Amino acid sequence: MSDVIVNFDRLSRSFGAKQALNEVTLQVERGSVFGLVGENGAGKTTLIRHVLGLLKAKLGAVRVFQLDPVQHPKDVLGRIGYLSEDRDLPDWMTVAQLLRYSQAFYREWDETFADQLRDQFDLDPRQKIKQLSRGQRARAGLVVALAHRPDLLILDEPSSGLDPVVRRDILTAIIRTVADEGRTVLFSSHLLEEVERVADWVAMIRNGRVGLSGPLPDILQNHRRLVLRFESPQLTEPDLPGAISCQGTGREWTVMCNGGVEELRAAASRAGARIVDDDTPTLNEIFLAMASSSTDPRGAS
Amino acid sequence: MQIRISSSDGIPIYRQIVNQVKYLVAAGRLTAGDQLLSVRTLAEQLVVNPNTVSRAYRELESAGVITARQGSGAFVTDNGSPLALREKRKVLRERVDMLLAEADSLDVDVTTVIKLLRDRSRKFKSE
Repeated sequence: MSDVIVNFDRLSRSFGAKQALNEVTLQVERGSVFGLVGENGAGKTTLIRHVLGLLKAKLGAVRVFQLDPVQHPKDVLGRIGYLSEDRDLPDWMTVAQLLRYSQAFYREWDETFADQLRDQFDLDPRQKIKQLSRGQRARAGLVVALAHRPDLLILDEPSSGLDPVVRRDILTAIIRTVADEGRTVLFSSHLLEEVERVADWVAMIRNGRVGLSGPLPDILQNHRRLVLRFESPQLTEPDLPGAISCQGTGREWTVMCNGGVEELRAAASRAGARIVDDDTPTLNEIFLAMASSSTDPRGAS
Repeated sequence: MQIRISSSDGIPIYRQIVNQVKYLVAAGRLTAGDQLLSVRTLAEQLVVNPNTVSRAYRELESAGVITARQGSGAFVTDNGSPLALREKRKVLRERVDMLLAEADSLDVDVTTVIKLLRDRSRKFKSE
């Protein structure tokens, strides 16, 4: 059994004039939590649609469980649990009907488990989907995604618009899925605090390109955030080698780098600055630094 | 096992777990022979990736704070008091460094900090 659950090989896709994906090459390994981050419109949903076989790869390829999802829809989708961003569920059904309806699609559906989840999430089986609050809708969608114990759980912006309690249910579901051996999670999110808690691997997508990709611990370790205090106020942005971003005014400037910390520290010193803060940035800070950087992201690291 | 994780601290999550377990042991809230929560259970409780907990447990094991018994879980080791005292000092030293850094950036001198410590200690003891 191969360890690569999802393989994107130079996947490109445009919609008219817009280039939605540009040479995306990524591998999602079995048993990992893979976090896809990027601004709205960066290409995350387009990428996920390829995994589900909703979009056919025109340039490049995508393989899920070593299969082409368009050629083998049943084999691929039968092992995937999917929660979309808009929680697209049939409004007219009751919760019980939704579960019975979903059961038909999945060989591995566990009715007892589905009931347990429904109960745990406090979903009234007799309530119609359209009567559910946003959070309850998300929970209903989560039951459907989890009840057949999918080999691959895909969540597209699962937390958007949800309160902390539901968000925690979703994150817990992610953790439980990978804690069960052999199961994998792919999720896209712009809530980077959450991604930082649960992801093993993170890929940043920007304008359809992969800007940064690697194990989360490595990404965090390689980046460094320095706060510099200059002897005299700087009228323009100080020119420091290796700085991904440089923000500030006057005497105090915050600089971010990806490797090359020693050189940066030395350059700061030569430029007449004292280092007043020197630590590991959060994923959010890295993301913002890259977003503000003027260079166009190049392929995976 | 009461552990709290701060999401945006600048301190990696696994390190926060390591520090807090060491603190619990040094403070006597976890004693020799106590069993730690399983990786999975702690991961669910903290809502973090199980690999992060594993990494913390591995580091605690190589630091001699815990020992993992195949199949049965992780247990606090039987460490003599000299180690506990060293650990206690180390934990406090880290907090002192943070306090000093903050005072420095606020332009508060160390004499004022010491006075503040004494005042708070008095208040602490009287409660």
